[in-house]
This record gives sequence, C-alpha cells and structure tokens, in this order.
Amino acid sequence: MPRYFAAALLAAFLFSLPARAAEPDPSRWDAVLAEARGQTVYFNAWGGSEAINAYLDWAAGELARRHGIKLVQVKVDDTANAVGRVVAEKAAGKDSGGSVDLIWINGENFAAMKKQDLLFSPGWAEKLPNFAYVDAAEKPTVRTDFTVPVGGLESPWGMAKLVFFYDEARTPAATLPRSAKALLDWAKANPGRFTYPQPPDFTGSSFLKQVLVELAEDPSVLARPVQGATFQATARPLFDYLDALNPLMWRGGKAFPQNYPAMKQLLADKEIDIAFAFNPAEASSAIAAGELPDSVRSFVFPAGTLANTHFVAIPYNAAAKAAALVTADFLLSPEAQARKQDPKVWGDPTVLSIARLDAADRARFDALELGVATLPPAALGPALAEPDASWMERIETEWKRRYGAAN
Amino acid sequence: MAERRTALYRLGPVLAVALLAGPLLCGLAGTVLPAFGYLPALGGRTLSLDPFRQLLAEPGLARGAVLALTTGLAATALSVAVIFLFVAGWAGTRLFSRIVHLVSPLLAVPHAAAAFGLVFLAAPSGFIARLISPELTGWERPPDLLIVNDPAGLAMSAGLAAKEIPFLMLIALAALPQIEVTRTLAIAASAGYGRMAGFLLALWPRLYRQIRLAVFAVLAFGTSVVDVGVILGPTAPPPLAVQVTRLMQDPDLSMRFTASAGALLQLAVTGLALLAWLGLEHVGAMLRRQMGDRGRRFRRDAPLRLAGLGAIALTALVTFAGLGLLALWSVAGQWPFPDALPASLSLDSWASAASRIGQPLWSSLSVGLAATATALAVTVLCLANETETGRRTGTGAALLIYLPLIVPQAGFLFGLQLLFLVAGLGNGWPALVLSHLVFVLPYVFLSLADPWRALDRRYEAVAAGLGKGRLAALTRVRLPMLTGALATAAAVGFAVSVGLYLPTLLVAAGRIETVTTEAVALAAGGNRRVIGVYAFLQLALPAAGFAIATAVPALLFRQRRALRGGASSQGR
Amino acid sequence: MTDGGLQLDQVTIALGGKTLLTVSACVAAGEVLTVMGQSGAGKSSLLAYIGGFLDPAFRASGKVFAGGVELTALPPEDRHAGILFQDPLLFPHLSVAGNLAFAIPPRIAGRAARRAHADAALQRVGLEGLGDRDPDTLSGGQKARVALARVMLSEPRALLLDEPFAKLDRALKEQMRALVFSQARRASLPLLLVTHDEADAAAAGGAIVSIGD
Repeated sequence: MPRYFAAALLAAFLFSLPARAAEPDPSRWDAVLAEARGQTVYFNAWGGSEAINAYLDWAAGELARRHGIKLVQVKVDDTANAVGRVVAEKAAGKDSGGSVDLIWINGENFAAMKKQDLLFSPGWAEKLPNFAYVDAAEKPTVRTDFTVPVGGLESPWGMAKLVFFYDEARTPAATLPRSAKALLDWAKANPGRFTYPQPPDFTGSSFLKQVLVELAEDPSVLARPVQGATFQATARPLFDYLDALNPLMWRGGKAFPQNYPAMKQLLADKEIDIAFAFNPAEASSAIAAGELPDSVRSFVFPAGTLANTHFVAIPYNAAAKAAALVTADFLLSPEAQARKQDPKVWGDPTVLSIARLDAADRARFDALELGVATLPPAALGPALAEPDASWMERIETEWKRRYGAAN
Repeated sequence: MAERRTALYRLGPVLAVALLAGPLLCGLAGTVLPAFGYLPALGGRTLSLDPFRQLLAEPGLARGAVLALTTGLAATALSVAVIFLFVAGWAGTRLFSRIVHLVSPLLAVPHAAAAFGLVFLAAPSGFIARLISPELTGWERPPDLLIVNDPAGLAMSAGLAAKEIPFLMLIALAALPQIEVTRTLAIAASAGYGRMAGFLLALWPRLYRQIRLAVFAVLAFGTSVVDVGVILGPTAPPPLAVQVTRLMQDPDLSMRFTASAGALLQLAVTGLALLAWLGLEHVGAMLRRQMGDRGRRFRRDAPLRLAGLGAIALTALVTFAGLGLLALWSVAGQWPFPDALPASLSLDSWASAASRIGQPLWSSLSVGLAATATALAVTVLCLANETETGRRTGTGAALLIYLPLIVPQAGFLFGLQLLFLVAGLGNGWPALVLSHLVFVLPYVFLSLADPWRALDRRYEAVAAGLGKGRLAALTRVRLPMLTGALATAAAVGFAVSVGLYLPTLLVAAGRIETVTTEAVALAAGGNRRVIGVYAFLQLALPAAGFAIATAVPALLFRQRRALRGGASSQGR
Repeated sequence: MTDGGLQLDQVTIALGGKTLLTVSACVAAGEVLTVMGQSGAGKSSLLAYIGGFLDPAFRASGKVFAGGVELTALPPEDRHAGILFQDPLLFPHLSVAGNLAFAIPPRIAGRAARRAHADAALQRVGLEGLGDRDPDTLSGGQKARVALARVMLSEPRALLLDEPFAKLDRALKEQMRALVFSQARRASLPLLLVTHDEADAAAAGGAIVSIGD
C-alpha cells in the first residue's frame, strides 16, 4: 500500500509538470471566444436560492446557444468550501486543470484567495468588453472589495445594500427605528421581536458592521487595517450596544437564526417584527415566492446603510479559463444584468450605469416592475462603505468570545 | 480447484483492508500533519503545537466539547433504555412484531430530514403550537420559548435518539432469535420473576453483547454529528463537530491548521465518550448483579412495560408526523401562524425542483448501487473466508471495520480529498464510489455478519456430504438461505450512501450532485417548502430500497414458510 | 475387511493440546459401528473429521478409508460421506423435491429424469406425492425421512449418523431407526452411529466403541 501510494504521488507530479498551456488574454477577445467554444465552466456559486439557481439555468442556456459553452453550477452551501477545494488542489500540486473555473465571491474569501495567490492574474476583469458599461464612478465598491483593491482579479456581478423589512399589517411604519440607536429603544419597547443571524454569517456580521460604522467615534480608522490598540476603543460602542441589545432579542439572545433565510422565516412566522437583508429587492422576491405576506415593506436608516458589490473570480488553476472569461462577460451584459434585476427572476441590483447604455438596453431596465416592497433607488439612502476586512474578522472573534461561547 | 477458490475468498479481507484502511489512514495523515503545523501548500513546513494553541484559544471550544460528550451520551443512553424497555417488555408478543413493522421503515429516514421534521413539529412556531393556538393558549404569535436549539442540547439529544432507536431496534431484532427469548422468559416466569426482571437478568446481557458495537457506533455518531447539530443543537456555542466543520470552512486559510487540530480533539472527545460508556456498562452490570443477588421478583412491572411501549410509539409518531409536515410544507402556499393548516396549496416548489432533480437522482442512484454492490461482494468474500478458515474476524479487523463509523468524518475527509487528487483519481465518479465505500462497507458488513455467522454450519456439512463443493455450497445453499439478510444489508448500504453529505461534497468537488448535497445546499436557504421537497426526495430513494429488500424475499420465497417473515429476520 | 467397508486408522482428535479420542475400527458394508460417549467427548468431531469439515480449532490425524479409497486425502465434496444430524437440516429455500434433486449425482441428467429419481426416493421412505411441498410445512417425522432420502440419493460411500434420533418421540424413534438401518443394509453401506443413548446402540446391534472414559 505505501509503495503504491508513493508511485501514484510520483506519477501525479510528473504529469502535472509540463501541462501548463498558454493563458487566454482578454484583450484579444476573438481568440478567447474561439478557445472558449466547447469548454465546460464549473461555476461554484451558493445554491441556497431556487431563484438564483433558475437564473443560472437561464444563463447556461444562453451561453450554450451563443458561445458553445457548457455552464454547470456547482451548488455550494458556503463559498469557503470552493476556496478550500482550490487550496487542496494547490496542496496536491494540481496547478492546472483544476475543478473550479469560476467562483461567486467577495469580501473575506476574495481577500484570502488574493493573499494566497489563488486567483487567475494579471487583472483581467476591466478588459472584458462589457466592463465599459460598469458604473465605477457612482459605485466605487466595484473596484474596492471591502477596502481590498480589486485590481481586475474579479469581475463585478451585482450590488448589495443593507435594507430592513417589516410587516405593515402588524407594525405601524411610524414606530419603526431610523438608526441603530433607535433600534435599541425599539427593542426595549418590543422585547423578543428582533434578532440577527449568528455571526460569522454574512448577513449577521453585516449588521454588526452597520452598528460599528454608525457608532464609531472616528469612522475613518475603519478604512484601514485594525491596529491592536485602536480596536478596543473603536469597537467599544458596538459591544456596549450589543450588551444592551442581545438580552432584549428573540430567545433572549441565547439562540440565533443561522442565516438570512432562517431570519426571513421568523418574520413570516410572526416570531420577529423586523428583519433585514443585503438586497433591496429581497422582500419583493420573497413575496413573489409566497414566503412572506404581501404586506411586508422595506425601510432604511436615513443616515445610510452598508453597501458592497459581489463578484465572480477565476482560480489560478481553472481548467476552462477562456470560457470562464466569456461567462463573466456575459453575466455583465446589459441583457443578463437587466434580467437579474427583475424581482420576478432574482431582483439583484445591477452594477452597470444605466446612463451609459444604448436606448434599447435602457428600455430593458425601465420596463422592470420593482415590486411593492422594493424602495426605488432614490429612496435607498446613502451608502456606507464597508470597513477593512480585518475589522470584520476581529469583530467576529470578539462577538464569539462574548456571546457565542457560553449561553 | 479448492486452492483457487480459497485464494479468491482470501482476497476479501485484503480488499476490505485496502478499501477501508487505505483511505482512512491516508486521510488521517492528511489531518494529523496539518494539526501539527505541516501542510506545505499553506506554508506550513515545520512541525509545531501552534495549531493546538490556537484551537484552545477558540471561544466556546470547551463548552462545545462538553456538549458533544453530553448530547452523545444522553442520546445513546436514551436509545438503549428505550430499546431495553420495549424489547424486555414486549419481545415475542404480537404487538411487538406489529410495532417492529411500524418502526423499521424509520431506518431509511435521513438524519437531516428527521431533524427538520422535528423542528416543524415542536418549535414554538411548529405544528403542535399551531394546533392548540390560539384557542387553548391565547397565542396569536409564536411564544418566545427556547425549545429547539436549547443551550443544554436536549432537543438535539432527543432528535438523535429518535433516529437511533429504530437503528438499534433492527440490530437487536437480528440478535433476538439467537437468545431464545420465549423459552428463557418462560423459565424466568416459572421462577416467579416478572417479565422485565426476567429479561434483564437472563437475556439482556446476551442481547447487549450482540448489539454492543452498534451502540458504540451510535455513541460515536452522536458525539460527532454535524447536520443534526446544526439543525437542532445549541448555537452559542454549537457542539464541537459543528465548530470544527466551521473552522474547516473558514475563509482564512490558515485556520485549516486549527481545524485539523480540532478534528483530532473531536477524535479524543469521541474516544472519551466511549470510555465513559464502558464505565457506565460496568456500573450497569454491577447494579444488575446486585439486583440478581437480592432475588426480588418485580412482578408488578406493567407501568414499565407501558413506558417502553409509549416511548417507542412516541418515537414512531413524532418521526412520522415530522415527515408528514415536511410533505405538507412542500405543497404549502401562505401558512401564517397560528393556522393549523396552510391557507392554500401549491405545487410550485415541486415544479421548480422537478426540472432540476433528474441528474442528482441519477447520481445518487448510480453511486449508491455501485458502492453497495462492491461492498456486498467484498463482505461476502470476507465472510466466506471466515467460514472457510474458521477464524472469526479478529479484534484488529473488527476495529478497522468500525473505524470509519467512529472516526469523525471531518477528521479524515480533507486528507482523503488530497489523496484522491494526488493519486490522479481526480474528483470523478470512481473516486466518489470509493469514498462512499469507506462508509457503506462497514454497515453492509455489520448487517450481514450476524445472520451469516448465525446460519447453521451443518447445512454446509450436509452439502459437502452430498458431494457439493464449497462454491456450490456458497451459491446454492448459503446465499439463497441468506437472501433476506443480503437484501437488508444492500438496502442499509444504499441508504447510507444516499445519505452521505460531506464525502460527496468534498470528494466529488461538487461536480457530482446527489439528492443529499442538493437538499443540504437548499436547506442552507431555510425555505421550508424547498426543504420539504428535497427532504422528501432524499427519503424516497432509501425507502424504495428497503421496500424492495422486503418485497424480494417475500416474493421469491412466497412458498417457503421458513424464509418469509420479513427481510430483517431472515436466515435464522 | 470387505471392499465396501469403512476403516478408521489411528484417528486422533485433540483440542488445545488435550487428546479427546483415539479410534481405530473397521465397519463392513451393511454393518453398524456405534460410538458411545458423553456429550463433549468428541463424538461429533469424529464425524466432522471423516466428513472433512472439522473446525480448524481441532488438531486431528489418522486415516479414514471407505470402499478402499482414502477419504482423508480428498476434499470434503469428493468424500461422499453421507451424514445425518439430529436436525433434518432441509434447505428451507428449496421444495422437498428440490432438496432431493440437490443430492442427485450429475450423471443423472435432465429435469424429468432427476424428478423421477427424486419421486422414487420419496416413495422408498413412504412420502410419495410430497415433492412440491415446502419442507417447513412437514411434520418432524416427515422431515427426518426426507433427510434420509436425500442422503441416500447422493450415493454415499458410508453413512455417518450424529445422534439422528435424539429429537424424535419414542414411536417415531423406533420407526426411523428401523428405516435407516434397513436402507443402509439394502444399499450395503457401512454405518457409523455416534450416540449417548444405550437404546440406539442396542437397536443398531453392531459393535460398540466407547470414547471419552
């Protein structure tokens, strides 16, 4: 057995050495299109939403028809699993022909892959033909992912903004909190009717960051990596706030929903009165899917809520890089972006600048019915920038130490 | 001729060792090395204890480890107690076989589906609360009660026990014919003992010896389970296995070292639980002997017998009700609290699943059948070799077979994934079948070994005396007589394969989707309707397997009275 | 000794270093040798050794000849040592006729011929017409007779009986004894009977060897 293993090891290394072919170059797009034809793209994307899965089914059909590319969604329950797969492949010396061609990513996962040189480089995203329509001026987060410079290593796919929901059939709009501080007062008046997904869940951590940004005395330090000394001082208002809020929450803060969909279910079950999501169209989509009653409406904090962008990236060892590039470009096309923004399909806001589109494409966006529970773009309020990724890590650790370690 | 046949049989243990120990040891090495800081791909080139230091600094680790111990031990103790009460109180009665028929199908229910069913039933917003609200309770909205995900892990222990009771029950059922229940109980009764006391003193030690390894597997599973822990367990902090899996998935890749150390800690905790259980066994045996020495007869045991019956009936009722709720949610439209029934029904969730479920169903089916067939062949060769040489599988080999059931999955799967990549097996279908075999083979072996060994060996002596060689004795006497046991073992193996989540996810690199990976991925979305659809599909495959395992012997041997009587009691 | 006889030459069986028995004996065709001994004396092991299915835990030596052939040099299936246990051990997955057909040597080929052979054997033990029955539905005495018919059909070189009458009631016991001895005599088979029942030994009427004393 050990001898066998050694032989296999040797063989794997021998075969993996000369296999490196020339990389596709997105500035020579016709060559990329030609190489992409016939390739299969394994797109590792969170599979927890039937709406998103159905959207990707549609994209697969279009890519097959237009470019002869087979798009396969590998449904992961956590993007970190897909990252781990690339790590395992690197560990095994599999530097080409990897199993992940495209990955839905942002924030921590992107920072980690970038740091470990696990991404296809040099920067390719801004060379994609459809990147010309991207709104980098109004949406700076397409170039800065949680304060980490993107550098073209991932291509923007959609926008996210923190939005709160309530059911107007049982909660009068006038009583709603309009800031983090007001939320605490609201929780005192309505004990047991608010909760947040347990960090490090993405949505739950985002709530912590919203409070951190709102309460920090000097928010500018948040744009830089955490310095040991400043952490306690900067984060103290957040944890004082949570010390007060948690006991007033659902289950007295002794149990937490594990993710956004679980929190949404609590709203539907009337267990809580306020929920929130990182997508302004989420409530309308949930109503359309019959998961929330049609009396649910959205609101934001007038002083601003957290906003960011999510992306697609190509691992350094992807087997079908050309087809992955074509897929990323297709996902950026006005047609694909407009369809994605339709709440009946998915409802994910576009990364494009509507003003830059030609009349026909602009009409696609104008025709979209946003849905009763979706605030128009003008009513979404200011966007608060994400803190540096290192803050999230520290806050999650501190949260776990304080509230996640003993009931 | 004879020599060649013996050589073929001898291949059995060799294959079993290669298929179990190979992946396991290599996978463990892939866990142990990073646990001590060695994983060059992530920059770990020297051995150190840093991963353990970081692990111990993880908040909630100690409590998570204690939770793993307590929930695992509580679930196991509860399961064994219920099995004792029920078997001791009712074995040999008509009611017993009726209940057994009722409970047997529960073996096919995947853990995750059973756990979701329990949540849908018992949570504050669940069916029971809806049924009695607002009329009896005045609740217009769900009460803010910590019923599931409670900090002590009671819901988790109960959920685990509900799933393990049917498993232990079937193992016990297979052992019952070997201990002559009716005659022994008659002797105990004639000496004036109550039924339960007679069973405890005269039969339980023998029965327990037969189900002991299965009890260990239950305990190991309970201390290391991930999916049930996520669904029913405490959340702040969660049990150790959930924490380790989260570390494994941390986007900060240097956490892989800490996660590997955590996997080793999980191994130690499971080991500790087993030691504690051995202690409990001693205490139990001592108490039993003392009771025997006093000679009291305990004739009025009706309340205890009823408790056993009630517990087993409750298990079946809760699980079936949970499954019914899964089905109901899968077709529910709006269903606000406190309505007992949905306001409208809709097939939308099924329609949207139907278009995507073909491929995963096919993968589950093909991988499951291939792994089960291979496991069955290897098991038959192993057992034939055992019959041939007269040597029972030694302690070492028995431990090896149980190892995949006892070593926490997360502990060796990351390493196994590395191994398959390095060996050039990649992440295709054969690699997936091989990884499933690691888990399927032990269960198939466990299911088949007892009926195989219990078959009267004089049948083969008779066949030899009638001029039939060993191969003919195997294929024309032993295997046909064990048809029922073979079918049950196959159904168990298939059910295990269909239910495997982590191995499928890691080894197939997500490229091969099964019904279970789909179900868990969608369960992450928390949509009760979608969970209902996929949990039901996840249930359908193994259920079909067990239905076939029951029907095939019944049809084949409809003229043979001694071989009818249900798939699980075959070959006696 | 006659050509058809059974000869045990210094057969010794030991378990864990302790010798259980040493036997040398001859049984002529049509004759009976009764081996007497208490349970645990190794009586069954002796038959297992002759039949070739002794548990490897035992150590055994010595030669056994039947019809001039050294059985101990052959694999079990070629020894043709017909054995009857105290349980009839009919194969539960086969019909009565199927049990009998299992024993019919391959030289009798063809479905009809084998079935006729089986039916004739049933008739010889007084069970004509029961060929299609499920063995589990037969009475104890009927099962014992089917087992006898089965072993006779395999054309054994010798008949080995391991307390075959122990589980039968008194009337049946006498009937079966008579049937077994007469069938063996008619087929000119040497018969080795192990028992602890004096009545068996008396009914057999042949030589008696005691072991384990």
